[in-house]
Amino acid sequence: MSVDTATVTRVARLARIKVTAEEAERMTHELNSILGFVEQLDEVDVTGVEPMTSVVNSVMRRRADEVTDGGDAARVTANAPMSDDNFFLVPKVVE
Amino acid sequence: MTIAPRIPDPKKLIKGATGDWEVVIGMEVHAQVTSRSKLFSGASAAYGGAPNSHVSLVDAAMPGMLPVINEECIAQAVRTGLGLKAAINEVSVFDRKNYFYPDLPQGYQISQYKQPIVGEGVVTVDLPDGISIEVGIERLHLEQDAGKSIHDQHPTMSFVDLNRSGVALMEIVSKPDLRSSEEAKAYLSKLRTILRYLGTCDGNMEEGSLRADINVSVRRPGEPLGTRCEIKNVNSIRFAGQAIEYEARRQIGILEDGGVIDQETRLYDPGKGETRSMRSKEEAHDYRYFPDPDLLPLVLDPAWIEGLKAHLPELPDEKKARFIADYGVTPYDAMVLTLERASADYFEQVAKGRDGKAAANFMINELFGRLNKDGRSIEDSPVSADQLGAIVDLIRDGTISGKIAKDLFEIVYTEGGDPRDLVESRGLKQVTDTGAIEKAVDDVIAANPDKVAQAKAKPTLAGWFVGQVMKATGGKANPQAVNDIVKAKLGIE
Amino acid sequence: MTDLTDLTLAEARDGLKARDFTAVDLTKAYVAAVEAARDLNAYIVETPEKALAMAAASDERIARGEARPLEGIPLGIKDLFATEGVHTQACSHVLDRFLPPYESTVTANLWADGAVMLGKLNMDEFAMGSSNETSYYGPVTNPWRKRGSNARLVPGGSSGGSAAAVAARICLGATATDTGGSIRQPAAFTGTVGIKPTYGRCSRWGIVAFASSLDQAGPIARDVRDTAILLKSMASVDPKDTTSVDLPVPDYEAAVGRSVKGLKIGIPREYRLDGMPAEIDALWQKGIDILRDAGAEIVEISLPHTKYALPAYYIVAPAEASSNLARYDGVRYGLREKGEDIVDLYETTRAAGFGAEVKRRILIGTYVLSAGYYDAYYLRAQKVRTLIKKDFETVYADGVDAILTPATPSSAFGIGEKAGADPVEMYLNDVFTVTVNMAGLPGIAVPAGLSADGLPLGLQLIGRPFDEETLFTLGAAIEQAAGTVSAERWW
Repeated sequence: MSVDTATVTRVARLARIKVTAEEAERMTHELNSILGFVEQLDEVDVTGVEPMTSVVNSVMRRRADEVTDGGDAARVTANAPMSDDNFFLVPKVVE
Repeated sequence: MTIAPRIPDPKKLIKGATGDWEVVIGMEVHAQVTSRSKLFSGASAAYGGAPNSHVSLVDAAMPGMLPVINEECIAQAVRTGLGLKAAINEVSVFDRKNYFYPDLPQGYQISQYKQPIVGEGVVTVDLPDGISIEVGIERLHLEQDAGKSIHDQHPTMSFVDLNRSGVALMEIVSKPDLRSSEEAKAYLSKLRTILRYLGTCDGNMEEGSLRADINVSVRRPGEPLGTRCEIKNVNSIRFAGQAIEYEARRQIGILEDGGVIDQETRLYDPGKGETRSMRSKEEAHDYRYFPDPDLLPLVLDPAWIEGLKAHLPELPDEKKARFIADYGVTPYDAMVLTLERASADYFEQVAKGRDGKAAANFMINELFGRLNKDGRSIEDSPVSADQLGAIVDLIRDGTISGKIAKDLFEIVYTEGGDPRDLVESRGLKQVTDTGAIEKAVDDVIAANPDKVAQAKAKPTLAGWFVGQVMKATGGKANPQAVNDIVKAKLGIE
Repeated sequence: MTDLTDLTLAEARDGLKARDFTAVDLTKAYVAAVEAARDLNAYIVETPEKALAMAAASDERIARGEARPLEGIPLGIKDLFATEGVHTQACSHVLDRFLPPYESTVTANLWADGAVMLGKLNMDEFAMGSSNETSYYGPVTNPWRKRGSNARLVPGGSSGGSAAAVAARICLGATATDTGGSIRQPAAFTGTVGIKPTYGRCSRWGIVAFASSLDQAGPIARDVRDTAILLKSMASVDPKDTTSVDLPVPDYEAAVGRSVKGLKIGIPREYRLDGMPAEIDALWQKGIDILRDAGAEIVEISLPHTKYALPAYYIVAPAEASSNLARYDGVRYGLREKGEDIVDLYETTRAAGFGAEVKRRILIGTYVLSAGYYDAYYLRAQKVRTLIKKDFETVYADGVDAILTPATPSSAFGIGEKAGADPVEMYLNDVFTVTVNMAGLPGIAVPAGLSADGLPLGLQLIGRPFDEETLFTLGAAIEQAAGTVSAERWW
């Protein structure tokens, strides 16, 4: 499988990365090189093989239902490029 | 489990210009899990709070933060599954649903896509006409709630608060088994009742603890399913009914004009009573689901599930059946009494050792009516079950009449006190002394000779005499005794 | 007195204990060495005041006889680890001016054991790279140069700053991370020792995520013993990382010097690549001979799905990365570029914040997860991963204790040498190391000799899950026979 520039542009949009036409052109080339490389996986017979879910053979640990965190909005917003009254600010979102 | 397709009910069809239409409805209900902390972080799951105060570094998706699952949220989902008579999946998987939005800090929502924690189940829904239907549950899965964007604080900026971000939700997906707005409302109401019984969701729709995405389509009876529209985020049962009514008629209008329905997401505007298309997304969603590599598969121990099952409370359907069998109440009364677990508990306390029917009548007619008027819930009823039971006893043993009982109830409701003492201190006791009643009857007869003559010709006029006597005795005379004496003195049978 | 920076970590530890010098003396020597080595660009942030304050506190501890295992030991920290209040950007512009209000579990463990922080180390942006050339802060220069040449070489990557700093003796050891070879390949390129422990051995909490199912922290140090000492402090079970494993952490240092007699060492035939340089082949043979002479049993084994590990990795890792890096959106921290609306803000911020290699991997990852391609790429790759893991399980079940392979297919190459090349050519650097990540196993890279032009070459040992001890034992045996190597100071 290979991708064309339109696909790369669509994928970049999905990933929310602005790309110029030239970048899309260059990336199309690079992505096709990678996709060509991974194509060899098609040789592998994976019939009846379970996909790996985790390399760790253990049961997922759980926590007790206790409030142990939060309560410090200033800490949460300290790194925000734009904030007001402990809210994060973004350009107006229209639904 | 499969539920047989329902035969179109002519009463539920919608009349269009060109014939009848059947509306088909399925629902995805988002129910907030009752828990102290969030699904994957130790921040508080409580409603409200100052902006970003219920937020951990995990919820804010700081670099290097990792989710750790809340055991109670898992238990709550399993309890809910059991309450919906659903299959519990011993292995389920958390996936990432990837999309960008300011109230979604991670850039993905942790949800369950291919392997949910709960599989197929069923809800029995009681309709006002006394008929019950079964609504299939497709699945239930756990997922994170998103934060909140506030748009009215600033002309050009939205304010983002992540207090909701990461709170545990159960998404309960029904099969498209509903056929009218009435059924849809009844389903939502029943689901809410079950969740509240289980204690797994508080069902508070104003606070958004329970909200529904409603899939609506229409078709000619007997035809395959039509194209559906999804009405997002409906947060009241009443609005759900209105939205479905509007949406079904909108679709019928389009189809009857020869148009086609676009599959789309719509919003209900309660102010206008309309659904409208959400600003169509520039591109189709591509959520790129994949198993969350930060979380191992969720494996449940069958013995643990059994333990939860053993401690499940009695659910409304079982309670209803028991009330009918044990207390002899009507199915309708039983349904009303079991809508809320607290009401049912109250009823049982009143009915224990008493006539269940009398208890049910007094509760439904007097107590519920009064509480409703004040917008109070049974939990903060000023009249306790013991007090109400005492009033029922006083009626039963003839100490007070039904009419006086209403007055007494009002006194207990507004002022409090032991009903037995109040009957004494306020002189509310029913007069059963026949001498006193006879005197009162004699007085009325003596004062109204013309009526006496009329009554002999028209025996129903006896009622007028009874009324006068009751009035004269301040309602305290035993009505049966008055009736008997009036008839005897007037010489009518 | 000899230069304090010439001591190994174990020697420095013992010298501090014996009061031969103070922690402040040691730290001052390192602060000076760090300053003198700025030309290498190994450190992107130096924290000398913090280091000296920590060292002074260590001296007090030592004076009170309360020295902890790493008391007064100056370390460098890869920029991927969150350090409270100290620059943490994964060497990316997108995390511009981010100061974490938290400390990663691994670094917190190190400080709790008394270690001293010298600063933050350069790396490939978000740990994506094999040459440290993708860093927003510019490339790192390898302290090693070809014999008779002044050309600057890469230190490998992504933990290039860590490996270079250890090789240049501007820290006693460094934290590093390994997703496809990012500890072992730079260790091999710089003549240092690096171990990627079993997945789950070190907590990932507070380490900027690249590919969650593959990322694992580990140390780079000057010799096997130092590496073992550091891993003991870094490893822990962490309630904040449910993929960290609840097993006691052994005394790894005790494994150094144990006999290798009777250990069964597998030599996988699939690692003998076509066109592999003769000196890599010779190095591998040298390793085999060393271990055989030390009494180990050498057996040829087969890991049939080896060649599919790298292509499967280049689906799984970018897929996870595309999702892990979605949080860098200019809203809560880091860089924010102007945007007409929220989508525009996202797109311009991410376009300006991410470098070319990161963008490339995000796009690949987004593509392979997108509708219609998931089964063909991601699901298939995860199935192949199961087969790769099974290959290892089979040989371990047959009694193999560890597997010996070359660490890299070549020695260090020049900065810029592969700049114009196809991205896949760079990816091939990880061909021997990536299988280990795909199977979650421990792997150690140990220097075993020099190339014809005088550059270090390393061997890799792959162990059973959570059997890092055997790797330290075997690594020490190779080290003892081959000797350690060190770069001549030219900077």
